[in-house]
Amino acid sequence: MNRGKTDEDEYWNSSKFRAFTFDDEEDISKLKESKKAVNSIRSLVDDDEDDDVEKVSWSGEPIGSISWSVKETASSIRSTGEARDQSFPKIDTAPSLPKQGSGYSLSSLFKGKSRIGGFPSFSESISETSTRVYAPELRRPKAEYKDYISEWNPEETVRRMQRGKAYSLERFRSLQDKLLLLDEAVSAHDGNVITAVLIYLKRSLSKEILFRELAEREVALSHYVHYLKEMGEQRLLVELLKSLGRTEDMALMQYKEHLNIKDENRRRDFLKSCLSLPFSPDDSNHVQDHYTLLERQIIIEENDKRANTDIFKKYPRKASILNMPIITTLYYSCFYHYGESEGTYSSPANIRKTFKISEKQYILTALGARAKLKSWFDVDSLFNSKNWLGYTKKRSPIGFHRVVDILHKNSAPVQVLQEYLCLVDDTELKISLAQKYKCHDVIINTYKDLKDRQQLIVYRGKVERGSPEDRLIEELLNNSVRRTGM
Amino acid sequence: MAAHLSYGRVNLNILREAARKELREFLDKCAGSKAIVWDEYLTGPFGLIAQYSLLKEHEVEKMFTLKSGRLPPADVKNIIFFVRPRLELMDIIAENILSEDKMQTPREFNILFVPRRSMLCEQRLKEQGVLGAFTNIDEYILDLIPYDGDLLSMESESAFRECYLENDQTSLYHTAKGLMTLQALYGTIPQIFGKGECARHVANMMLRMKREFAGSQTQILPVFDTLLLLDRNVDLLTPLATQLTYEGLIDEIYGITNGYVKLPPEKFAQKKQGEGGKDLPTEPKKLQLNSAEELYAEIRDKNFNAVGAALSKKAKIISAAFEERHNAKTVGEIKQFVSQLPHMQAARTSLANHTSIAELIKDITTSEAFFDNLTVEQEFMTGVDTDKVNTYIEDCIAQKDPLLKILRLVCMQSVCNNGLKQKVLDFYKREILQTYGYEHLLTLNNLEKVGLLKPQITTRNNYPTIRKTLKLWMEDANEQNPNDISYVYSGYAPLSVRLTQLLARPGWRSIEEVLKMLPGPHFEERQQLPPGLHKKRQQGENRTTLVFFLGGVTYAEIAALRFLSQMEDSGTEYIIATTKLINGTSWIKSLMDRPDQQI
Repeated sequence: MNRGKTDEDEYWNSSKFRAFTFDDEEDISKLKESKKAVNSIRSLVDDDEDDDVEKVSWSGEPIGSISWSVKETASSIRSTGEARDQSFPKIDTAPSLPKQGSGYSLSSLFKGKSRIGGFPSFSESISETSTRVYAPELRRPKAEYKDYISEWNPEETVRRMQRGKAYSLERFRSLQDKLLLLDEAVSAHDGNVITAVLIYLKRSLSKEILFRELAEREVALSHYVHYLKEMGEQRLLVELLKSLGRTEDMALMQYKEHLNIKDENRRRDFLKSCLSLPFSPDDSNHVQDHYTLLERQIIIEENDKRANTDIFKKYPRKASILNMPIITTLYYSCFYHYGESEGTYSSPANIRKTFKISEKQYILTALGARAKLKSWFDVDSLFNSKNWLGYTKKRSPIGFHRVVDILHKNSAPVQVLQEYLCLVDDTELKISLAQKYKCHDVIINTYKDLKDRQQLIVYRGKVERGSPEDRLIEELLNNSVRRTGM
Repeated sequence: MAAHLSYGRVNLNILREAARKELREFLDKCAGSKAIVWDEYLTGPFGLIAQYSLLKEHEVEKMFTLKSGRLPPADVKNIIFFVRPRLELMDIIAENILSEDKMQTPREFNILFVPRRSMLCEQRLKEQGVLGAFTNIDEYILDLIPYDGDLLSMESESAFRECYLENDQTSLYHTAKGLMTLQALYGTIPQIFGKGECARHVANMMLRMKREFAGSQTQILPVFDTLLLLDRNVDLLTPLATQLTYEGLIDEIYGITNGYVKLPPEKFAQKKQGEGGKDLPTEPKKLQLNSAEELYAEIRDKNFNAVGAALSKKAKIISAAFEERHNAKTVGEIKQFVSQLPHMQAARTSLANHTSIAELIKDITTSEAFFDNLTVEQEFMTGVDTDKVNTYIEDCIAQKDPLLKILRLVCMQSVCNNGLKQKVLDFYKREILQTYGYEHLLTLNNLEKVGLLKPQITTRNNYPTIRKTLKLWMEDANEQNPNDISYVYSGYAPLSVRLTQLLARPGWRSIEEVLKMLPGPHFEERQQLPPGLHKKRQQGENRTTLVFFLGGVTYAEIAALRFLSQMEDSGTEYIIATTKLINGTSWIKSLMDRPDQQI
């Protein structure tokens, strides 16, 4: 996939794919042309006259637009109000209500002793605000005229709820009536109404019965799940999913909670408690790894915070390692803890083994870290492998062209680059990389090996006269005539 | 202000006017001077409906952004909260009200829920003990917002997630409601076609609502001939592909929100002579993008490769127009030239802006990274090596490219292969979790639930059949002078738009087999028109079809539909509606848990 540019061009031209490229020369010139035109026109007319055509503030917001005016009218206030702001008394009379996921439940709030009257019925809440005015409907439906019928059937009730009219759910007493009401609400697809009915059912039915009935009503169930999530009723939610046999969902939902835990020790303990949850086998492994990782990170962090070995002094840590992905952790380990024995938690070898990191990922990460430190010796030994005769040979699971890219990114010296460039198998790729990174020797030697006299002559035109490269080429050209007959 | 809404086949200004009327009526309900406290998210969509001047006419004296603590002082009779029905916003409102200064003359409180009241929210206000404090609690039904002469959006960010992940159909209910409003203004739509589960639900709700409104039929001659409802999950592939139209690329790279784009300011600095040392602006340049701007209307839907030529052509025309001044000899001629100046200057500004934007985009589209990414996308879409681990994706993960880019590509491979081999899927999952963090397990599970990522269950991959039958890949896509919709993705014809095209001609009966391979039912319904409202079609008169994308639509798809509208022999003009304008990145993001944590 990683083709050199010339390679790519050929690929595109020869294959059925079309590349998305400009017809470069032409198009650039066109853009330039229109730009030039724009600029030349600009000089013709005084820019100040712009005001006539464009009423736009610098931010681009048309003057008079709502978001512009919010800023304007507010800023005129704020400037006078700011001084007073600080003297505002701190308000703690307002009962602070839990935000999502805080663990408080709606029912616990209603049952709270400080609350008077317990759960308000909807009919109550409606009658209190009966002075409200409602948005005019585009067309009055027939149903309007039935407002005063005392007994509302489920259909009528749902319709009234949808229109924001007074209604009462209390009259649905039997289980059957309640379920009819729920089904009616579901068939209207109005989430607002469905949720209102569900709240009523939650209050008036036992958990077991409600769960059982929801199991057969998928849409209502989804709304209920959503409602519980919204209200932060985690425990009830978990119970519900468990009773429905949706254990994997339940496990994931539980696991998700860890995101809300800031303290790393509590988070670790929470993740540990997740290990026994019924995840799918794959997810189970990932959660195990997540826990192990955080556990290790806490230990490493504790030690490294106080570490004052040379490497930490020379390259002070920029951030804590807590909650970083495993590959980042491995990089950190290769940076600060390279060469430690496999027995320590912070050693690259240990991390690699514990988290089953692929050879490719390991080499890439270690290479990145060691190259950053300019430890070319370490880089070298990453790729050394001994064959059965004891000779060392360079071997890489990631393709030497990528090794060269990474080395170059970390500003490796030419000698180092050349060593790895020579190991690139594909000749064309090798040459194009060598040209990109200005490794003349590699290019010259490759042409020499190819016995390509023509290319050598062409290349000579590109190097500086009298430079070592130039001399090398000259020497080769002279020699080759005599010896190889190139 | 909104003249561009009435240029099109259907005058969408009527819809905007209806929305403005309702807004005025609500404001007048709260008699006396008022201050509006805005849920900041709403200012964008509201900006498309009304300007500050309208509010001012109705005694709105101050406007604030909703935030916790005490409301800023303002000597007004009414405070009105304009908010989305969200629980966390209710808590802020309660805090605002409870911390009012008791010594001051009491102000009246009002709430306007947009787009719909919520019992849950009202209950929350009651719990907080402030529900009784409100004089008016109302809803402002802003379902379909006119974005352009042929484009309506509900801008409901989470619609796809709610419908396909959380199985919450409330947004479909709003869709049906919005379509009823539309029919009240533009007449009953006689024919409804649809494909997908959600489409079926919406059609059912519409028919049900119509029965309930029976007897109060609209006496308006129908403007729309056909409604086509399309589920986004019928075509999961299209949004994943990088859009290659001008507008599509602006959205992919900079993101368009509520018709505005924010751009890096450097290229827009005004260079005046003698002001060389002036500081460059650091705030992003914000530009409004719609068809009110002549040049933008002309180039927005072009393949980006054709934009350079169009801009250069425009530049010549404008230069020539300015040169005219030399020819103006008589007073009359000079007067005429001067009278045209404002228009010419606007055109010049517009050209300057778009030249700058095109340059910005070109820097990216000519980069190696963009090219490589596009290569892989095109390989997937043409079915090359979709069953193996892709080395480019692997390399991108190793380089820690943005996770969203990786997810887009992996999902695309999965969709084009009708699911990934278990081994391949496991590999990607492990690499992603190891590199970006284990918590993304949640996101990967979400993607699996909506079908964007899945293990291959049968070995049979029906994507090639779908591709061939619907001609989703065109070898000879012409970017400069397109003859097919595939120009919007330089070769790939968006499946959703192909379905739309085939419905108009020769009809879906010809593709029954393929329709069965795509998820969800396909159906046709007819709505009875009151006698006397049957349209008598003139010879050669085009039909008007409203295409509703449930779960989102991309700018490239819109461009493709506009292209079809403009085709000489197409016989159909399209108006586009959607729950949300999306691109692959914003779409995948909406499916992530904790997208804010993203790198």
